[in-house]
Amino acid sequence: MLRAGQFAVTTELDPPDSADPEDVYRRARVFDGYVDAINATDGSGANCHMSSMAVCALLTRVGYAPVMQISCRDKNRIAIQGDILGGAAMGVCNVLCLTGDGVQAGDHPQAQPVFDLDAMTLLETARTLRDEHRFLSGRKITCAPRVLLGAAENPFTPPIEWRAQRLAKKVAAGAQFIQTQWCYDVPMLRTFMQHVEDLGLLDKIFILVGVGPLRSAKSGEWIRTHVPGVHIPDAVIKRLAGAADPAAEGRRLCIDLIQEIRTIKGVHGVHVMAFRQEHTVAEIIERSGVLNGRKPWYPGRDPQANTDRMAS
Amino acid sequence: MYAIRQWSVRHARGMNAFYRAFEVVLVALHPVWKLIGYERLEQPVAAVERGVKGLLFDCRMCGQCILSATGMSCPMNCPKNLRNGPCGGVRDNGHCEVRPEMKCVWVQALVGAARIPGGMQSLQSVQVAVDRRLQGKSSWLRVVRQRVGVTP
Repeated sequence: MLRAGQFAVTTELDPPDSADPEDVYRRARVFDGYVDAINATDGSGANCHMSSMAVCALLTRVGYAPVMQISCRDKNRIAIQGDILGGAAMGVCNVLCLTGDGVQAGDHPQAQPVFDLDAMTLLETARTLRDEHRFLSGRKITCAPRVLLGAAENPFTPPIEWRAQRLAKKVAAGAQFIQTQWCYDVPMLRTFMQHVEDLGLLDKIFILVGVGPLRSAKSGEWIRTHVPGVHIPDAVIKRLAGAADPAAEGRRLCIDLIQEIRTIKGVHGVHVMAFRQEHTVAEIIERSGVLNGRKPWYPGRDPQANTDRMAS
Repeated sequence: MYAIRQWSVRHARGMNAFYRAFEVVLVALHPVWKLIGYERLEQPVAAVERGVKGLLFDCRMCGQCILSATGMSCPMNCPKNLRNGPCGGVRDNGHCEVRPEMKCVWVQALVGAARIPGGMQSLQSVQVAVDRRLQGKSSWLRVVRQRVGVTP
């Protein structure tokens, strides 16, 4: 999708606290027809949920295109390399390499943080598996995982002036696409993108900017003080505080942001993170018009094709 | 000690220059080390290294020191052990996500690197995954053996 030059839309599936596969499918179906890929988070916020690997297994089983997130917090290099092979074997085509939140942020602060690799060495490890057909140890693998490698970037948090350089480093380590942290500050994003362009990276990386609806001024305030790395300007909080229906205004704001962001040079798509508001994603994407009438594939989109296949 | 660690970063230029000279001396003394035996030296040198670098940089004895590539701010003090740049959770005031009372070691690394000639470029080199077997071993002796071409 990215290589075809289309404006891509990805989103995030909130993994269930359950062992019921239907919980995953129910959560995936709300995005049907509006997203190109679904991120399967790996214990995001250091909270325990169904694993990224398992969510990917369920999603690929019915044909969805997941982005398998791998965090360095919970697994060492032995487990991670095994997961990359396993994920690719199940049909995962996109892997997002993350450092991961510290354990103090989640519901098991007493856990042992692993951080054997970091996002950068994880990218290198995945690239070694894919391009050099070997593990970090040097041992050969017989069939390499064919995956697009991604990483995260946060243009909105210190050291701001070095963030584009860090992106350059990730590109050097193997990143092919980037999903950013939530963007509520377009001027800051523009500055970052200008740095990225100055470093000559625009044709080396696909950038998907993170967006998401805020429910109210109060929740925005809570997020910016409690969630590490989320920057929300005062103007955004004020806009929500002054609205008669804050949730609707939050969606409106998200749509405005998407429409503004899509015009920035070098932006290839948006990554909609609507935590606990996943049902709003379809409406936001529909009203933003970014798909240009395109309808991303989902299981059951082409009933005619299915019948044909069954008949032949 | 945290205050001394901050001081070392502020004086990164001098620290780095001293370190370079110190390395030359250590490498020149290779025949002496060889005579005594690297194996025999490992424990006492590691103890000295732990004391000195512990005081100056809050060194964690990873055994594969990259201080001169990180503005003399030890990356192993990052709660996530990040050796390739800051995470996305740095607070607006430049402090750590995990330990809010501490400045982000990578925000500090940039301060230090700006003071070292060529420091900003060396931040761009991608550091390989840490070899956890070297934990507690002397990085100084390892560097000497690498420079003279003796495999540790």
